[in-house]
Formats: sequence, C-alpha cells, structure tokens
Amino acid sequence: MTQTHLELSGVGIDFPTPKGPFTALNNVNLKVHDGEFVSLIGHSGCGKSTVLNIVAGLHQATRGGVLLNGREVNEPGPERAVVFQNHSLLPWLSAWENVELAVKRVFGKTKSRTEIKEWIAHNLELVHMGHAMHKRPGEISGGMKQRVGIARALAMQPSVLLLDEPFGALDALTRAHLQDSLMEIQAQLGTTVIMITHDVDEAVLLSDRIVMMTNGPSATVGQILEVDLERPRNRLALADNAHYNHLRSEVLTFLYEKQRKIEPFSARTTASAQAKKKTEVA
Amino acid sequence: MTAQTFTHPWRKLKLTLSHRLADFNPTQWLISMLLPATGIVIFLMLWHVGAGQINTSLGTFPGPLDVVEQSQSLWEGHQAERESERAFYQRQEDRNAARMADDPGYTPTIHSYPGKATFIDQTVTSLVTVLAGFLVASVIAIPCGILIGLSRSTYLAVNPIIQIFKPVSPLAWLPLVTMVVSAVYVSDDPMFEKSFITSLFTVTLCSLWPTLINTAVGVANIDRDLLNVSKVLRLPTFTHIRKIVIPSAIPMMFTGLRVSLGIAWMVLIAAEMLAQNPGLGKFVWDEFQNGSSNSLGRIMVAVLAIGLIGYALDRIMLMLQQAVSWDKTSEQR
Ligand SMILES: Nc1ncnc2c1ncn2[C@@H]1O[C@H](COP(=O)(O)OP(=O)(O)OP(=O)(O)O)[C@@H](O)[C@H]1O
Ligand SMILES: [Mg+2]
Repeated sequence: MTQTHLELSGVGIDFPTPKGPFTALNNVNLKVHDGEFVSLIGHSGCGKSTVLNIVAGLHQATRGGVLLNGREVNEPGPERAVVFQNHSLLPWLSAWENVELAVKRVFGKTKSRTEIKEWIAHNLELVHMGHAMHKRPGEISGGMKQRVGIARALAMQPSVLLLDEPFGALDALTRAHLQDSLMEIQAQLGTTVIMITHDVDEAVLLSDRIVMMTNGPSATVGQILEVDLERPRNRLALADNAHYNHLRSEVLTFLYEKQRKIEPFSARTTASAQAKKKTEVA
Repeated sequence: MTAQTFTHPWRKLKLTLSHRLADFNPTQWLISMLLPATGIVIFLMLWHVGAGQINTSLGTFPGPLDVVEQSQSLWEGHQAERESERAFYQRQEDRNAARMADDPGYTPTIHSYPGKATFIDQTVTSLVTVLAGFLVASVIAIPCGILIGLSRSTYLAVNPIIQIFKPVSPLAWLPLVTMVVSAVYVSDDPMFEKSFITSLFTVTLCSLWPTLINTAVGVANIDRDLLNVSKVLRLPTFTHIRKIVIPSAIPMMFTGLRVSLGIAWMVLIAAEMLAQNPGLGKFVWDEFQNGSSNSLGRIMVAVLAIGLIGYALDRIMLMLQQAVSWDKTSEQR
C-alpha cells in the first residue's frame, strides 16, 4: 500500500491565449499510493480538471510530468479511465453498448465472447444498473447516467480511476447513494482513485487524503490532509464523530479563510465568460 | 369527476384506444386536418377565379378544372401509347413467326418502338435521373464532408473552393458538362444515354454542396467530451469514425441531404428544359413550343406534379432521417 503508484512532479501548464500564455498550474507535486483514494478540492476554476486531464493524458503538461508505475504518461489510455463531469455517454448507444464499446476495446483480444458479456453485466450490476441495461442515456435519469459512466470506467479495469465531479449534478439523496456505492466498489476492487469534488463532506467521507489546491492562476497544491478515519465508514455514525468534524473544519478553513476568493464578482464572471468563449472557439 | 366508480365497457374501450394512440386528441386532430383542407379549398377558389381573368394568346390561364381535364387526357394518352406499343411488338412477333414457319433459316429482328415519350415516361425519367444524381452527390459529399470535418487543415484548404462553387447556378454548369460528357463518354453501345449522364452530373454538381458543408460542420462540432472518451479508449481511426463521428454527425448530415435533394430536383427540371434532355423539364418546354390550346393546362399539370414529387421526396428523406436518427426527441420538420 505504500508503494508510489502515480507521481506528479513539478507539473505546470500554460494555455495559449490571445493575451499571451496563461499559467493555469505551476509546480504541482503529488504522490499517490496503490489503492489510495485521493480527492482534489479547490475553488471553481482553480485548475482541478486541468490536473485530472494531465493525468489522463488529454492535456500535455508544459513543465514537469506524470509517472504511472515509473513510466511517463504522455497520451490518453484505458488504464487511466475517466468519469467525466457530465457522464459523456454516447447518446446513440444503450447503457450496455456504452460499456461494451469500452470492454471490447480493452479485453476484445483476451476475453471470449461470453466472458465479455458476463463482464459487462457484472459491471452494470456493480453500479445497480442491471434493470435498465438496454436503455439509452436519453431514457434514464441523471444519476443512472452517472452510474453507467462509472460502470464503463470500472469495466476497463483501470489502474487509476479518474473522477471529475462525478456526483456534482445530482440531488443529495442520489449523491449519497452513489457515494456509498463508490466506497463499496473501491473497497472491493482496491482501485486507485483520484476524485475532484466541490463537496467538503464528500471529500472527507470518501478519501484517504484530501489535496487542497490554491486559487489560480499558477495554482498548486496548497495543503494535503490525511483522513485517518476507520473504514468502512458510515455517514450517519460519522456525523457525530468529533474527529470527522475536525477534519471537515480543516478543509473549510483552508477553502474559506486561507484561499478565499478575493477577486471581485464582476471580474470573475467576465473571466469565466472569456474561458467559455475560448472553449467554444476551440 | 375525480372518483370513477363505474366504468362503462364502451368508455373503457375508448380509454384503452386513446391510450394506444398516445394522447390522441380529437379536437387537435380535427384542427390539424381542417386547417390544411380549408387552405387548399380557398386556394382552389382563388385560383379558379384568378385564372379566368388572365387571357393569353393560348386562351385563358388554366384553372383547376382544366388541370383535372388535362391530367385525365395525359393519362389516357399514356394508356393509348402503351397499347399501341404492345400492338407494335405483337405485329412484329406475328410477322417473324410467320416468316420462320416459311423459312427455318431466317433470323428474326425486332425493331424498337418509335413512339414518343408520354408525360408518365418523362416523369419516370426525371425521377430516375434525380435519384441517380443525388446518390452520386451523396456518395461523394458524405465521405468528403467527414474528411473535411475531421481535419481543420483540410477544412481551411478546401473552404474557399466550396464557397466559390456553392452558389454556381446549374445553367452555368450545363454547357460545360454537356461538352465534357460528349468528349469523354464515347462508347458504341452506351449503357446510359448521353443526355442522362449530362443531367445526372449537372444535378450532382449542384446538389453536392449542402451535404458536404453540413456533414463537415456536423463532424467538426462533435461534443468535446465524446472525443475525449474516444481518446481515453484509444479507438482506432476507423472505429472512431464509425462509432463516434458518424452517429454524432447524422442529424446535420440529414439536414444537408434534404436540402441537397430539394436542390437536385429544382436543378434537374431547369437542366432538362435548357438542354432538351428527356424528363419533365423537356415536357414543359415541348408543350410551350407546341402552343396548342391544351398546352397551358398540360404545363400546369406538370408544375403540380413537380411540386408534389418534390414534396414526396422531402417526406421520404424525413422518414429516413427519423428511422436512422438516434435522437427521436429532436424536432424534425
Ligand atoms: N483550453 C484552455 N485554454 C485556456 N484556458 C484554459 C483552458 N482550459 C482551462 N483553462 C483555464 O484554466 C483554469 C483552470 O480550469 P479548470 O477547468 O481546470 O478549472 P476547475 O478547477 O476544474 O473548475 P471547475 O471546478 O469549475 O470545474 C481556468 O482559469 C480556465 O479558464
Ligand atoms: Mg472542472
């Protein structure tokens, strides 16, 4: 458990903009152990998705690099499965077919046809989607879509699972349910997980460590909090746990005192509008 | 009326029926049938009255009744032509059989029927030509559109050419196509008529662009997240195109195809008129040159037929689109 599985060393990235390069991240260092659950938390726009995309290989770091099992990561691959912020299922394929596309890609040469079928069914059952396997994304709820997205990622048997605000768009009840499922699955499979979240409770409940990021530009790791709560964790029992509440307040202190958003509101909205424009153009 | 204590069997049947028809609303249905019918009746009345006011050198402008009369006469003309064609071949066969009986060494020859193409024949010719031209255009435009949409550099390189050729009228292409076809398509036993090939390529050249552009735009605007999914899975190029690119681009592709088919049909009629190639356009032109008292009525029949066929073609494309599209909820009109 103590062996370094994934390492970010001195990672920095500059985005080209009309006003010259924009340094989104600078000198991000992080070591993740095998089977560890790490959360990334920070204010909106600080660069969490960018970190995740660099680990996924979807963005290239300008400085530094990412090592997975000692080998440098420089392109995307199925061993680093991503669950995207908005599920990203192919709308023209059923839940089954969405998972199948990934499974065939990863295991098409090593598993037989029946094994593939069983594996798809197994992963959909794992996220409790067995009853709606043949529905298309347009016919299932947001929570169900997110679960299929998770099943698709798990079915690739990744060595690192990357989750970008997987439960961000869900209601509190569904979210709690999926958090429990995720804890259960991770305990069962021992997958290394990096998860982005905005939700302090979610971070404390699920993580082994919480990585708190400073505000951008030139965002970096501000503080790392070790969450040494016993597993399996129960959200109801933890609500009255003094240590849990202490950890929670540490994260809140970091976010709302040390890294308070100092930009005036108007500046932020124009900045995000610009960022939006940029993505539209690109 | 909240508590339904007693359900009459008849009412029950009606209930299940209306459930079957998925919120079928009789008033809505009546309105949706009545309004178009009213529109057509008013149009026919205005047409009837208006036509009587317009006098031309070939008599008054044809009204609805003339059109009905002329379409009957065109249909009868077609039947008569078919009958005389049948009789023509029958006579030849009889004659050949008789000569064979006299002289067993005789090899019979069959002369083809020299009669002229009827309105129905011309319509069929036009339909076949438009579909062939449209098919050729689609077979070229869809793969090219995908290629252009996939690569920004190809797009930048090809864009000026597309923009220049897109607005060119079929009438400008026609002489060039005619000359090129005459020069290139030389064969003693041609599979197709030269006129067919000329019309086909004129249609292709004009109906290529909407499909090409729409496919390219559809491909270029695929959701970034879906592209990322493809990258994470490291899908091979061909699988990527088949599983991600084409399904994403299908709605835009069909929008383009429908516009293309509409253009193809309009272009074909114009090309047939100008080049005297067989088809509905030639029919219109011949009637115009003919200048009999029936001509205007017959032209009006052709105009309506052109409109109805154009409408039918668009409906067929729409049905195809709905059958192929994964997004059944999107509004398609
Ligand atoms: N392709 C790009 N080009 C230019 N700037 C970018 C690009 N992608 C991200 N940025 C900028 O990098 C910064 C970090 O963006 P990122 O999406 O990583 O934020 P985030 O922490 O994930 O935010 P959120 O929590 O809202 O998802 C932002 O200021 C954004 O404007
Ligand atoms: Mg983000």
